[in-house]
Amino acid sequence: MLPPVFGVVFDGLAYGMLLFLLSVGQSVTLGMMNFINLAHCSFAMLGGYVTASLMSRYGVPFFATLPCAFVVAAATSVVFERTLFRRLYRASELDQVLLTIGIVFISVAVAAYVFGTDQQPLQLPAYLRTSLTFMGIRFAVYRLILIGLALAITIALVLGIEYTRFGARVRAAVDNQRMARGLGIDVDRTFAVTFALGSGLAGLGGALAVEIIGLDPSFALTYLIYVLIVVSVGGLGSIAGSFAAAIVLGISDVAGKYYIPQLGAFLIYLVMISLLMWRPLGLLGRR
Amino acid sequence: MSTPALATRGLAKNFGSLVVARDIAIELPKGVRYALIGPNGAGKTTLINLITGMLRPDAGQILLDDADITTLPPDQRVRRGLVRTYQINSLFPHLTALESVTLAVCERTRAAQIWWRELPAYRHEIDEAYQILTTLTLASVCHRPTRELAYGQQRLLEIALALATRPKVLLLDEPAAGVPREESSELFAAIAGLSDDITVLFIEHDMELVFRFATRVIVMVGGRVLLEGPPHEIATDPQVRAVYLGRAGEPRHEPHHG
Amino acid sequence: MALAGKIESPQLYLRAQTRWRPIEIVFWLATLSPYVLFPNYLSLASQIAVAALFALSLDLILGYAGIVSLGHAAYFGVGAYTAGLVSKYGWGEPLSGLALAALAAGIVGYATSFVICRFRHLALIMLTTGFGLLLAELANTAGWLTGGMDGLQGIHTWKVLGYFHLDLYGSTAYGYALAVLFVLFLFARRVIHSPFGLSLRGIRENLVRMPAIGAPSRAHIRTIYTIAATLAGVAGAILAQTTETVSLDSLGFERSAEVVVMLVLGGAGRLYGGLVGAAVFMIARDQFSGIQPQYWYFWIGILLVAVVIFLPNGILGGLARLTARWSRS
Repeated sequence: MLPPVFGVVFDGLAYGMLLFLLSVGQSVTLGMMNFINLAHCSFAMLGGYVTASLMSRYGVPFFATLPCAFVVAAATSVVFERTLFRRLYRASELDQVLLTIGIVFISVAVAAYVFGTDQQPLQLPAYLRTSLTFMGIRFAVYRLILIGLALAITIALVLGIEYTRFGARVRAAVDNQRMARGLGIDVDRTFAVTFALGSGLAGLGGALAVEIIGLDPSFALTYLIYVLIVVSVGGLGSIAGSFAAAIVLGISDVAGKYYIPQLGAFLIYLVMISLLMWRPLGLLGRR
Repeated sequence: MSTPALATRGLAKNFGSLVVARDIAIELPKGVRYALIGPNGAGKTTLINLITGMLRPDAGQILLDDADITTLPPDQRVRRGLVRTYQINSLFPHLTALESVTLAVCERTRAAQIWWRELPAYRHEIDEAYQILTTLTLASVCHRPTRELAYGQQRLLEIALALATRPKVLLLDEPAAGVPREESSELFAAIAGLSDDITVLFIEHDMELVFRFATRVIVMVGGRVLLEGPPHEIATDPQVRAVYLGRAGEPRHEPHHG
Repeated sequence: MALAGKIESPQLYLRAQTRWRPIEIVFWLATLSPYVLFPNYLSLASQIAVAALFALSLDLILGYAGIVSLGHAAYFGVGAYTAGLVSKYGWGEPLSGLALAALAAGIVGYATSFVICRFRHLALIMLTTGFGLLLAELANTAGWLTGGMDGLQGIHTWKVLGYFHLDLYGSTAYGYALAVLFVLFLFARRVIHSPFGLSLRGIRENLVRMPAIGAPSRAHIRTIYTIAATLAGVAGAILAQTTETVSLDSLGFERSAEVVVMLVLGGAGRLYGGLVGAAVFMIARDQFSGIQPQYWYFWIGILLVAVVIFLPNGILGGLARLTARWSRS
C-alpha cells in the first residue's frame, strides 16, 4: 500500500502539466519579444468554452473538440496580434500591461454575456470519469490521459525546438533578437507563428482544464496569476524552465491545499517571491 | 614614482568560452591623455565596463590612485572620481540639458537626497551646471529637452554630464562617434579644454583625434593589450598596421558596430 | 551686468517651472464646488478625494520613478486596517489615527522597498503583484483581526478637530478628505520639485545612466517608495474613518488595478493626473452603477485599450497636446 502522498503528487503532477500547457506559450513569446501579454489566459478560456459548447450543443466527442480548441484559440490570437499587439512591441511595459488587461476585462465580460457566470458543465464519457486503483491509490483516468498528452506535447515541443529549422529560428530570436535579424531571420514572422502556437496550446490547456479546475468567466483572470508565476519563476524563453516551475507549482499547490488548507494560496505567493528574489530572471532564464 | 591615477593588473573576463579580456595591465599616470585603439570586437568597451564596475571581472585588480576599487559598486567609483561617457548617447530624453547637468551636480553634492526643499533654491548647483554647459557651448540650448538637441550637441552633453561629477579619471568612449564633420570642432575644443588635473583615456577610431590629443596609444586586439607607445611609433608599427590599420593604409574613420 | 544677467536666467527659468499656474488655482477652487453645486453627492466626493490621494501616491512611484506596481493597494489596506483597528479598540480620534496609519503603511513600505529597489521589468511587476496578493491572503486568513470576509466592524470615528462630527450627508467627510488631500498634495508637489524629484525623473528616463553620474538609485527608489506607501496608507485610513468600515477589497488586486487605471487615464507623471483620473473614473462608475458588473468590466476594458492606443499620456497629456497645437497655430 502506498501512502497518500503519492496520490497528492500524482494530482499535483496533473495540475502542473496543465499549468505547463497554459504557460509555455507565454514564456517563449516573452523571452522572444519581451511582450507582456496578460490576455494569454483569455485564449485559454476561449479554448475551454469551445470545448464545452461543442460538446453540449453539438454533441461533439471530447477528444474531437481538443484540436478545435487549439485552432480557434490560435486563430483568434493571430487576429489580435495582427491588429492590436503588433503596435505595442516597442511600447513601454506599462502600456503592454494596460492594453492586455483591457482585453482580459473585455473577454471576461463577453464570456459572462454569452455563457453566463455559472460554471460550465462538462459531460465527459463514462470511461473518462473512472479511476484506476493501484496499490491503494486512486489514479483518475482523466488525469492519466492529461499527463500523457502533456508529456507527448512537451516532447514534441522540445524535439521541434532542437531539431527543426523553425525551432532554430525561435532559439536564435530568444537568445538575441538583434543578431537574429542581422542573420536574416524574419523575427516578426517567427514571433507571429510562435505566438499563435503558444495561444493554441493555451486554448488546448483551457479545454483540458475544464474537468479539473472548472470554467467560468473569471478563469482568464484567476489563472493568469498562476501562469505569470510559472513564467517568471521558470525563466523567460525557457521551455524546460516553465516545465520545472509548473511541476513545482502544481505539486506545491495541491500539497498545500491537502496538508495545510488554512494557508491557502499564501504558500504559492511566498514561494514565488522567494524564488524571484533569489533568481530574478527565473530558474532557467537568461535575460 | 608617483602613483598612477588609474591602473589595472591582470584583468580578465570571459563569457563562457568567449574571452573578452585577457590579462590586461595598463597604467595611467596623473594628467595624461592616452588613447585606446583597436579593431571592433577587441574588447575596448568591455574594458571600460570592467573598470567602471558595470561588469565584474573574473580575475585581476583595478586601482584608482592606489586604492583597490575592484569590488566597489559603480556609483561609488564615480564618487571617487572615475567617470565614463558612452559610445552611444545615454542621456535623459525628456530632461532639458540644464536639468540633466544640474542632476549630475546635485548627485555629486548629495543635494539629490533632499526632498524637502525646492530645486531653484540650489543656486550653486544650477550655476555650476550652467557654467559647464557654457564651456561646452550648450548654454543657448540649455532649456531644450535633450531629445531635441542635434546629435553633436548630445555628444557634448554626454561630456557635460561627466564633467559635472568632477572626475579625476575620465574614460571617453568614442566621443566623436557619429558626429558629423561640421559639429566636430566644438567637440575637439571641448576635449582640448579639459583640465590638466583630469587624467583622460579615450577610445577612438578617429585617428585625427588620436594624433591631436594623445601622448600615448594603447593598442588592444582580441581582448589583450598588443602594445603601447607614442602615436607616431604606433602608426608605423607593422604589427598594428596589419591588424588594425589595414593593408591599404590608414582609414580616417572606421564604421563602428553597436 | 551682462554676466550676472546670464546666470540669473537658468535659475529664474527653473523657478518659473515650480510656480503655481492659474489653472491649478482654478482646479483647487473647483474642488469646493460640490458644497454648492452637488450637495447630495458629498459622500461620493469624499470617496473621490480618497481615490485621488491614492492615485497621487501611485503617481510618485509610477509616473515619476517608473516603477510599475500592481500591488499598491497593499499599503492602502494597511492604512485602512490600522486606522480601523485603532478606532475599534477605543481610540477614534481621526488625526492621530491617520498618523498611526501613515506610520504603519510607511514601515511596511520601507521594508518592502528593499526588495522592490533591486528589480525591474517583469520581476518587479510580479513581486509587487505577489506582495499585494500575499497581504490580501493574510488579511483573509487573519479573520480574528481583520474580520475576514465580513470586514472590520465597530469603527467609530470621533469628531474631527474635536468639533466637526461625521454626519450622514458627508459634508464633514468631504471637508476632511479634501483638506488632507490638499496638504499631502502640497507635500508631493514639494518632493517633485526638489532635487530629489529631479533624480526620480532621471531614474525614470534612464536608469542605467544614474550610477554613472554617481547616483545611488536604489536608495532613491527606497525613499520614494516609502513616501508613496505612506500616502497610500493615509488614503486608506481616511476611507476607513469616513465610511466606518474596512473590508478585504481595500487590499485586493481589483483596487490595485483600479488605481493604475485611474492614474493612466488622467495621465501619469503630471501630478494632477491621478486627481483628474480618479474623478473621471469614480463619477463614471457612479453614473453607471446601475448596470451589471460584467458590463462595467467590458467598458473598462474598452477604455484601457482606447487610452493606450489613442491617449498614451492620459487626459492631461491629450489636453497638453491640444493646447500646444492651439498655441502654435
